[in-house]
Amino acid sequence: MAFRKSKIVECAVTAPSFFWLTLLFVIPTIIVFAIAFKPADPYGGVGGGWTLHTILTLSNPNYPAIIWRTIWISIITTLFCVVLGIPTGYCLARVSARWRHILLVLIVVPFWTSFLVRVFAWKVLLHPDGFLKRMLVALDVLRPDSLLLYNDNAVLLVMVYTYLPFAILPIYAATEKFDFHLIEAARDLGATRFQTLFKVFLPGIQRGLITAFLVVFIPALGSYVIPDIVGGLSSEMIGNKIAQRTFVDRHLPHASALSALLTLAVLVPLIAIFGMQKRKSKEPPTLIETA
Amino acid sequence: MAEFLRFEEITKTFGDLRAVDNVSLSVNKGEFFSLLGPSGCGKTTLLRLTAGFEQPDSGRIYLNGQDITNLPPHKRKVNTIFQNYALFPHLSVWENIAFGLRVAKRPMREIKDEVARMLSLIQMTEQAQKKPAQLSGGQKQRVAIARALINKPQVLLLDEPLAALDLKLRQRMLIELDLIHDEVGITFLYVTHDQGEAMSLSDRIAVMHLGKIEQIGAPAQLYEAPRNSFVAAFIGDTNFFEGRVAGKASGDYSKLNIEGFPDVLCFNDKQINEGELVYLSVRPEKFRVSRDKPEGNGLHNVVPGRVEDVVYLGTHTKYWVRVQDYRISVYQQHSRFLLDEKTIRWNDDVWVSWHADDGFMLEYYSESDEKLMELPPEGVGSLSAPPEGRTEEA
Repeated sequence: MAFRKSKIVECAVTAPSFFWLTLLFVIPTIIVFAIAFKPADPYGGVGGGWTLHTILTLSNPNYPAIIWRTIWISIITTLFCVVLGIPTGYCLARVSARWRHILLVLIVVPFWTSFLVRVFAWKVLLHPDGFLKRMLVALDVLRPDSLLLYNDNAVLLVMVYTYLPFAILPIYAATEKFDFHLIEAARDLGATRFQTLFKVFLPGIQRGLITAFLVVFIPALGSYVIPDIVGGLSSEMIGNKIAQRTFVDRHLPHASALSALLTLAVLVPLIAIFGMQKRKSKEPPTLIETA
Repeated sequence: MAEFLRFEEITKTFGDLRAVDNVSLSVNKGEFFSLLGPSGCGKTTLLRLTAGFEQPDSGRIYLNGQDITNLPPHKRKVNTIFQNYALFPHLSVWENIAFGLRVAKRPMREIKDEVARMLSLIQMTEQAQKKPAQLSGGQKQRVAIARALINKPQVLLLDEPLAALDLKLRQRMLIELDLIHDEVGITFLYVTHDQGEAMSLSDRIAVMHLGKIEQIGAPAQLYEAPRNSFVAAFIGDTNFFEGRVAGKASGDYSKLNIEGFPDVLCFNDKQINEGELVYLSVRPEKFRVSRDKPEGNGLHNVVPGRVEDVVYLGTHTKYWVRVQDYRISVYQQHSRFLLDEKTIRWNDDVWVSWHADDGFMLEYYSESDEKLMELPPEGVGSLSAPPEGRTEEA
């Protein structure tokens, strides 16, 4: 009885979000996948009938290179964000409540400014005639003819800047729940600081790290505004190609095919990670109270 | 006996608070030594200084002749059992116990053997693959003990290890701890606020208060000969009477003037001078109550009183007896089968007597002594005292 009732309640509670996800995520994704198998129509729309033509054009050697660069830049971005996010999250969790509030606000405040404006601000900052460039030249760090803007490094810098808060927040949340007695326990048992970090602290905030990885890596894969504004010709990412196919070439099936490819590139590692986590939590959940 | 762990004039402050105030202390090898005191007395700080989690402002700590004051925690041959166990949640029981040997990069074979030995010592071989979250409190406790002992520490530090357990389990773990101490022969430094735990386990106890050590001694010593009113009040139950030394009696005894009492005789081993303000402390079980005035041998004090409350407790009966301004707590074994007495009941007039050797005079200690005088009748043993006015037939 109770079981059936709780089942009904569970379904009722889940239904709205399930409906929401289906309507706004599953169906659009299916549409994107479907359009990839449609012919283009000369006016920028989608023609009738089905074709494999668009999918086959993806074998053009240009695309693997772009996808590889996209994944590579995203991985480096994620690494930087997580590595910078760990000490920041740690500090946030350890400082007094007063300071924590101030620092958290400082981390969130940039979001009050439009993302585009912030990226353009970087463009101004890194511009060949910009303040930063001139200062570095004056300090003899840079040569006058070197470029800060329009290359992979600029893309990477702005990507890390953009996604860092998304890494800090989950790492901070996990660190705050971390029991710092465990660090003392590890040190007490003979672990060096280094061993304590890798054997106790990082495994302890593992969930935060996984979340940080996902919320940085996935959006980073799809970014196109940043490479578009601060990147050069050679720092194009898959997002730029999709935008170009949609807005410039008006070739929706091609854009869809690229999107589908990106979606798969995201889904496969995601499913792999969840599969791993599931296997871990499958251990017997018994609780024995006989001491 | 060889002193093994030595604290020399240790002081540690946190802001304005002097958590440990110029403490010197020696622990012998193989000893079960307890630091006992109310919360905030500095006992845990002293333990953390030993483990290396804190650095003293001044003073030195020596372990086995070596100055360990500035050694980082992982280089000290001491291990800690934490109050909340601090087991690593992401590691299994086996991995938790093996942690110390693993970070020391010992060969796998040795690790396997040692962990197996520890698992059998704590009787948890079957639970080796479980995660801490799947264990009960007592099991976590045992894993924490095994994890600390596997490193073969010279001193095992225990920070209120039983505080998180329920009463039944606590009593069982108390026995287990005692057995483990006997078995491994390591020096134990045990921190607790529970005088019962400290009394039943320790070879010696240091009673701490406000960062200072009030008295060090064997449990019986602290109970029978407390140095001051704080120790007397903290260890066991007692009755306090405020009085003045009125003069010498025969031998080492002095006469004591307590308001409303006839002259009271008391052993004066501390040679307290005439006219000094003192507190007389008499443990509840040292009193006798009787209907007939007992005949003393000259060293007995006898005062009349009236029974205000009787609590039958099986092993003994507890009486609250009103004597002038005092409400005296008395524990008395039952004498139901002795011929001489009728059962003492509520509101009976009785005689309260005690031997001069059973009371001890304590000098004025601190301002908090004033509270001792207000508290005794209602405060001492108030946990087991029934509400006012209710009586139980003995």
